[in-house]
Amino acid sequence: MEVINLIIDNKPVVVKKGTTILEAAKGIGVHIPTLCHMKLDDLNIENKPGGCRICVVEVDGRRNLAPACCTDVFEGMNVSTHSIRAINARRTVMELILSDHPADCLICAKSGNCDLQNMAHNLGIRKIHYQGEQSHYREDTSPAIIREVDKCIMCRRCEMMCNEVQTVGVLSAINRGFNSVVAPAFEMNLDHSVCTYCGQCVAVCPTGALTEVDETGKVVRALSDSAKTVIVQTAPAVRAALGEEFGYEAGTLVTGKLVAALRRLGFDYVFDTDFAADLTIMEEGTEMLNRLGKHLAGDKDVKLPILTSCCPAWVKFFEHQFPEMKDIPSTARSPQQMFGSIAKTYFADKLGIKREDLVVVSIMPCVAKKYECGRDEFKTNNNPDVDFAITTRELAALIKISNINFNTLPNEEYDNPLGESTGAAVIFGTTGGVIEAAVRTAYELHTKKELPRLNFDELRGMEGIRKATIDFDGTPINIGIAHGLGNARKLLEEIQAGKSEFHAIEIMSCPGGCIGGGGQPYHHGNAEILKKRQRAIYQEDTKKSIRKSHENPYIIQLYKEFLGKPMSEKAHHLLHTAYFDRTE
Amino acid sequence: MADYRMHILICGGTGCKASESNGIKEKLNYFISEFDLEDEVQVVLTGCFGFCEKGPIVKVLPDNTFYTEVKPADAEDIVKEHIIKGRPLKRLLYKNPKNDYAVTSANNIDFYKKQIRIALRNCGFINPENIEEYIGRDGYQALGKCLTEFTPVETISEIKESGLRGRGGGGFPTGLKWEITRNVTADKKYVVCNADEGDPGAFMDRSILEGDPHSVIEAMAICGYCIGSDTGLVYIRAEYPLAIERLKIAINQAEEYGLLGDNILGTGFSFKIELRYGAGAFVCGEETALIHSMEGLRGEPTVKPPFPSVSGYMGKPTNVNNVETFANIPVILNKGAGWFNKIGTEKSKGTKVFALAGKINNVGLIEVPMGTTLREVIYDIGGGTKDGKEFKSVQTAGPSGGCLTKKFLDTPIDYENLVAAGSMMGSGGMIVMDEDDCMVSIAKFYLEFTLEESCGKCSPCRIGNKRLHEILDKITQGNGDLEDIERLKVLSNVIKDTSLCGLGQSSPNPVLSTIANFEDEYLAHVLEGKCPAGQCKSLVHYVINEELCNGCTLCFRNCPVGAITGERRVAHFIDQSLCIKCGVCFEKCKFNAIRVN
Repeated sequence: MEVINLIIDNKPVVVKKGTTILEAAKGIGVHIPTLCHMKLDDLNIENKPGGCRICVVEVDGRRNLAPACCTDVFEGMNVSTHSIRAINARRTVMELILSDHPADCLICAKSGNCDLQNMAHNLGIRKIHYQGEQSHYREDTSPAIIREVDKCIMCRRCEMMCNEVQTVGVLSAINRGFNSVVAPAFEMNLDHSVCTYCGQCVAVCPTGALTEVDETGKVVRALSDSAKTVIVQTAPAVRAALGEEFGYEAGTLVTGKLVAALRRLGFDYVFDTDFAADLTIMEEGTEMLNRLGKHLAGDKDVKLPILTSCCPAWVKFFEHQFPEMKDIPSTARSPQQMFGSIAKTYFADKLGIKREDLVVVSIMPCVAKKYECGRDEFKTNNNPDVDFAITTRELAALIKISNINFNTLPNEEYDNPLGESTGAAVIFGTTGGVIEAAVRTAYELHTKKELPRLNFDELRGMEGIRKATIDFDGTPINIGIAHGLGNARKLLEEIQAGKSEFHAIEIMSCPGGCIGGGGQPYHHGNAEILKKRQRAIYQEDTKKSIRKSHENPYIIQLYKEFLGKPMSEKAHHLLHTAYFDRTE
Repeated sequence: MADYRMHILICGGTGCKASESNGIKEKLNYFISEFDLEDEVQVVLTGCFGFCEKGPIVKVLPDNTFYTEVKPADAEDIVKEHIIKGRPLKRLLYKNPKNDYAVTSANNIDFYKKQIRIALRNCGFINPENIEEYIGRDGYQALGKCLTEFTPVETISEIKESGLRGRGGGGFPTGLKWEITRNVTADKKYVVCNADEGDPGAFMDRSILEGDPHSVIEAMAICGYCIGSDTGLVYIRAEYPLAIERLKIAINQAEEYGLLGDNILGTGFSFKIELRYGAGAFVCGEETALIHSMEGLRGEPTVKPPFPSVSGYMGKPTNVNNVETFANIPVILNKGAGWFNKIGTEKSKGTKVFALAGKINNVGLIEVPMGTTLREVIYDIGGGTKDGKEFKSVQTAGPSGGCLTKKFLDTPIDYENLVAAGSMMGSGGMIVMDEDDCMVSIAKFYLEFTLEESCGKCSPCRIGNKRLHEILDKITQGNGDLEDIERLKVLSNVIKDTSLCGLGQSSPNPVLSTIANFEDEYLAHVLEGKCPAGQCKSLVHYVINEELCNGCTLCFRNCPVGAITGERRVAHFIDQSLCIKCGVCFEKCKFNAIRVN
């Protein structure tokens, strides 16, 4: 390994060749401020356009200042990160950025969570010496994401996410000079574009330029309506992240407090999407076994691999980008929608109320879920199965508005019958979890034998594409896992080319799976947070007394009382869906 | 050429074509056939002669008669009088402005006397659409020599020894760039010709491509041979249709002659050239932005390193040179590095082409040895400022350059001296300003340009230039204060220090150089509310001097807004509340009765 000796702020440093000044400085505890730069370690995601120019440092012998994030170190380099020249330049650049940014911090959705606000504070900006015209653009509201691009600082993180990581290609820089901004082509609205609403742009936006559609108001209104029964479901990944909004260390499980908070907010029943995740496994697992059985019996027409279909952004992605493959994914609805469908039939019947008088709210780590619950196929008589989907962040805001001291809440249990779940359902929250849950059930249903082990380490991790072969008692089953739509695209292209050797593939749009969803507390570029949430999810799994979906007693009861068996006609009607070609 | 008794050369550059040089050619041919002279006289449409001020230019060989401002209607006389009777047409000859004497031979025109034309050697001399004329002027000899007698390393060392530096503005040693690209191992490499000429007023690249496209093609092939590339790409702005057309013709002809394509001259070396069109963004002249534009991406620069020599087009090693740089290569290899490096100064060898523009008598394209002084360029070649007005400043390098004053007139032009003086070589724009130019407005004008042309990627350039422009605007409106001048300086230096690419790193130069050299003008604006040059409308008042006004009513009749009142033979009066400061009255008054305050 070739090493480089250099000096940063009078301290000698030895680093690997190819290290940037930024990384080298970090190694000795010098934190050069950055704005556009973002690196998610282990996920292979890095944004360093060198555009914001906040990280400029002085390098001896160099004519101009060097951007630390994208300047490699060299032998004998002498760097000063806080010379008066560097500090003045950095502060002036920050003043310039602020001079073209609305000063509405007090009422901005991002206030307190804004990288720009933080940076301005850290740089000690008290006055903007260069006031002038500000950029103005049309606000763009879609079913899930709001673009308020007056607040865009051209860091290009969203563009990198949309193009390089997700390969969706909706957001890119348009116009020139002072008028340049990140937008869909021809400044069209997001809802006219091929945007999947994955929300990764929102997850990385350092300012309030990209935020989710706020539906907390609608939830409060429903809760205050005495004529309505309001129930809530919580997605698996929420419990591993919500605590961060209340000062807990990332990866702290707050399941009990989450339930308690929801009860105090006034929900009549606090249920769990995990219940529906178990249901998903019953349906999807059965579908998988059906297809697999036919395939193994030599049926050439059967479509394999089967692809998971829990993720609404992924569904929209293939509807736009691979419509000719729309018969490959499982027809099983997502857990959110299965829950809504069961709640407004089975549960409403149990309560003896009309579906119109039952309001289903879901707490999701995701912004695409807002779009998903609005899809026409998930409505009966124009009444949606899920009325409102709010994000983890919105729930935190709701708790704060309602004067609930989250940190002192007791741990409480979910209500029944739709609150009981297994460990298999919890791991839906991370990449690899859905397929692991499916394997746990499919194995036992297929082999009629008990699984020798429950943890499938070969399916876990943060690698963008993972492959494993699971021995189904003599039948090798090839499993693929992709998270991030760019990785998904690679596997889809393999299928298209007839080169795919997989029997089943799990796909999640967001890097890390739902724990890294666009509706989660902001990770501010710290990939450690995602890993801690992932560990928490697996920890919750191990704590559960039942860890296989088909053993969930309430699921068994549901089939017995209501659905019959997996893939029955009723199940087909309530729990499965169809996909549409969106290229026109 | 020897088959004909006489040749009539007509400038076929974009400028002269716009002034009907095609029509001149048609008429000349018509009369030549009328008098049965087709076997004796040949009419050739050439590239630019450079003396655009006096275009369209027509030159008659062998006597080298130089006609200026020719119209199609003059064709008959040229044929009847000059060609048949041997009597040059006096009325079309260039007149020396100093003594009004007609100059018969082009050799005696001051505009050309101090020029040495290397890059422009064939412009205005050959028919650019005929490869044989290029070959007749030693064309493709250098390529042949390299392929058969020299190794790539030997060729590169010749270029290095010549001292040739990049003519696009950066001034990076060309041979060294080739060597670096050569030394990178890759399965594919590219030669890129940067023909994205973007400086306002600069048109040397266009003229070379229009007038001598083969020189660039030949040089690109030589470069390909040296660095180990089989593909050349010319990135050219789509608004250069004539240059594109002539390049295409030239590429086709070179292919037909086996000078491009597979197995050139039977040596086993293959090289092809393709065109890539730009949409005319100034920033795409920056090599990384240019490469991204060619790749179909947004034309914005990326941080260097990696330099294109290591990772360029499609991630492959790419050697990017400017048109003028390439045009020098064949001559250097034909005449030898030793010949070339005797021309110029210690660190800047050879010649440089400049586009003279602004308030100068001889607007046009010139090529002078490095080390020529600004005075020689402006006064001896350029013929001094227009209408006898006082010289105020010269701006080199377009929007990236600085405005130099009289005290720099005797500065020998080369890369280092111009930077030391606070400007740059740039691609060779040279704009002359006189006493009527307001230097604050000039700085504002250039900022307006860079502001529009910034790609918007980095904050200092995107927002900083906007703020500079706003402050300058405030000053020209008469609302500036001393602090504004200070803010201009501080902000300019930060923009230079922090911007991502050359555009932002140089865009404040016009501001800094005008403040450094014309601070008094800035002070007059902010302290006295005056624009000494009378250009800033908000600060200007037109007033009629009652003693000089004889009431001719000319101003009254020409005022577009009816702001002037008065009766015949009685002094007139301008109503300041109505006046839009268009200056028509000032121009129309024959008695100097209108004053600018």
